[in-house]
Amino acid sequence: MYPEEYRYTKEHEWVHVEGDTGTVGITDHAQHELGDIVYVDFKYGRETLKPGQHVDQGKTIGSVESVKAVSDIYCPVSGHVVDLNHTLADAPEKLNEDPHGEAWLVKIRLSNPGELTNLLSAAEYQTYIGAEK
Amino acid sequence: MRYLPKSDSERREMLEACGVESPEDLFAHLPEAVRLKQPLQLPPGISEYEIVDYFRRRGDENANGYASFLGAGVYRHYRPVLVDTVVARGEFLTSYTPYQAEISQGTLTTIFEFQTMICQLTGMDVANASMYDGSTALAEAALMAARLTSKGGLLVARSVHPEYQEVLQTYAKNQGMPITEFDYDPETGAADLDDLERKLNDLTAAVILQSPNFFGVVEDVKRAAAIAHRRGALLAMGFSEAVSLGILEPPEADIVAGELQSFAISPSYGGPYAGIIATREKFARQMPGRLVGETTDTHGNRAFCLTLATREQHIRREKATSNICTNQALIALMATVFMSVYGKQGLRELAEQNLAKAHYLAGKLKPRFSGPFFNEFVVSTAQPDAVNAALLDKKIIGGLPLGRFYPELSDAMLLCATEMSRRAEMDQVAQALAGGGAV
Repeated sequence: MYPEEYRYTKEHEWVHVEGDTGTVGITDHAQHELGDIVYVDFKYGRETLKPGQHVDQGKTIGSVESVKAVSDIYCPVSGHVVDLNHTLADAPEKLNEDPHGEAWLVKIRLSNPGELTNLLSAAEYQTYIGAEK
Repeated sequence: MRYLPKSDSERREMLEACGVESPEDLFAHLPEAVRLKQPLQLPPGISEYEIVDYFRRRGDENANGYASFLGAGVYRHYRPVLVDTVVARGEFLTSYTPYQAEISQGTLTTIFEFQTMICQLTGMDVANASMYDGSTALAEAALMAARLTSKGGLLVARSVHPEYQEVLQTYAKNQGMPITEFDYDPETGAADLDDLERKLNDLTAAVILQSPNFFGVVEDVKRAAAIAHRRGALLAMGFSEAVSLGILEPPEADIVAGELQSFAISPSYGGPYAGIIATREKFARQMPGRLVGETTDTHGNRAFCLTLATREQHIRREKATSNICTNQALIALMATVFMSVYGKQGLRELAEQNLAKAHYLAGKLKPRFSGPFFNEFVVSTAQPDAVNAALLDKKIIGGLPLGRFYPELSDAMLLCATEMSRRAEMDQVAQALAGGGAV
């Protein structure tokens, strides 16, 4: 369920680093807790999040809205945004169907790969959500 | 649960925070003569009917039975009897959106109808369940434009109701949203769109107009919107006289925000009223307040529910779209009944009567501005207060002297005529103005 090669946050995001770029999404646990997701909004501060924007680890890069809640997306790594998954605008339900794959949110070129040590492994994350339950 | 009122030290703390000495200072803006400075002089131990009688006599001191030509944001219109008959029903008696709203399907049905009628009236795609009043609705429209454009600058026409402008300033002050005014054309009384074009820049989130504006003049909203859009700003249009929507073209604005007092909500010394906000579908997610949506229940029956409530304060806390977390349920219901009673044709006829009467009165006077107007217009008069004093003797409440809000118009007053204005009274107003108050 939780890929070994991904790293996880306690706020329920994942990042998958290949080369110098990390793909970011929300975890299966997050989508399950939120319920049916109806909207994804990419915002950094007041601004709409765009490619080229520098983002810091731990800062909000947007929000995911379900029928019962809106939850912020916290960026798991610092770096420059290189791509955003705009297909989610028309098909937010993909976040419920394939949160670890097709429904990735943003791709970020890492500026500080050392930060990855702040994140959880798949095993640690599963223990964490087990404890949270 | 025991109710514990504020302690003296808490009161002192609050006064200190407000920067005033006593609670009475909070009323200092009211004229000295109408402020109560001592307890009512009632003898101790009088009977209930004597007390009722006392207050009835005091109530008679109010200006009952006067004709009024005062508009300026609050209008004297006829209230159909059916309004109070419906509104007084116990099932509807709640000030705000009920808790566990979906249990109150009747209330949600009326709100859904309200939203639908507001969309038809404004030509917009989506309207919310109502706002507190016109001024706060317009301020929320400004905040909404800032969220949509990721910008903060506001360009506000001086022809917007001055008190709406004050509310805008209050809302914008701590949001990092600088306000720039643009002028009105002294010939036409309409917003000076060339001045708008000069002052508009890439940091402008919203251009804010009112139509008909504070002087009663109908604005060229379409042209203002085109100018705003060229620099990536949105056009928010306010209104204070909802009856005008019965006859004017639907505004080509991005956000429409206004006041519904004209729709069977009695003036009541300034409130409570109800406001509206409506917009295009693509902007709906940034709209403040409550929205009722249509859905189906578990048996497949048509039903109504609150929608997009996830953006509100009880869930999003400080990240909520807006700090309005309810609506003006009961007052908005008055407007809903009003709109149902009049219907599209009736509202048009009502608007035509307003237009005809105001233009009859204006025909006997010389309006200061040349722009097209609905049911209000400005006239020049050297001594507005003297004219009003003379009219008051005839049981007529005159117009609003404009010097208080526009120093350059201290020799002018704003007059309003509605379907309630009678020809004889209008003739008296015209006469008093012709005599400059020396009647």
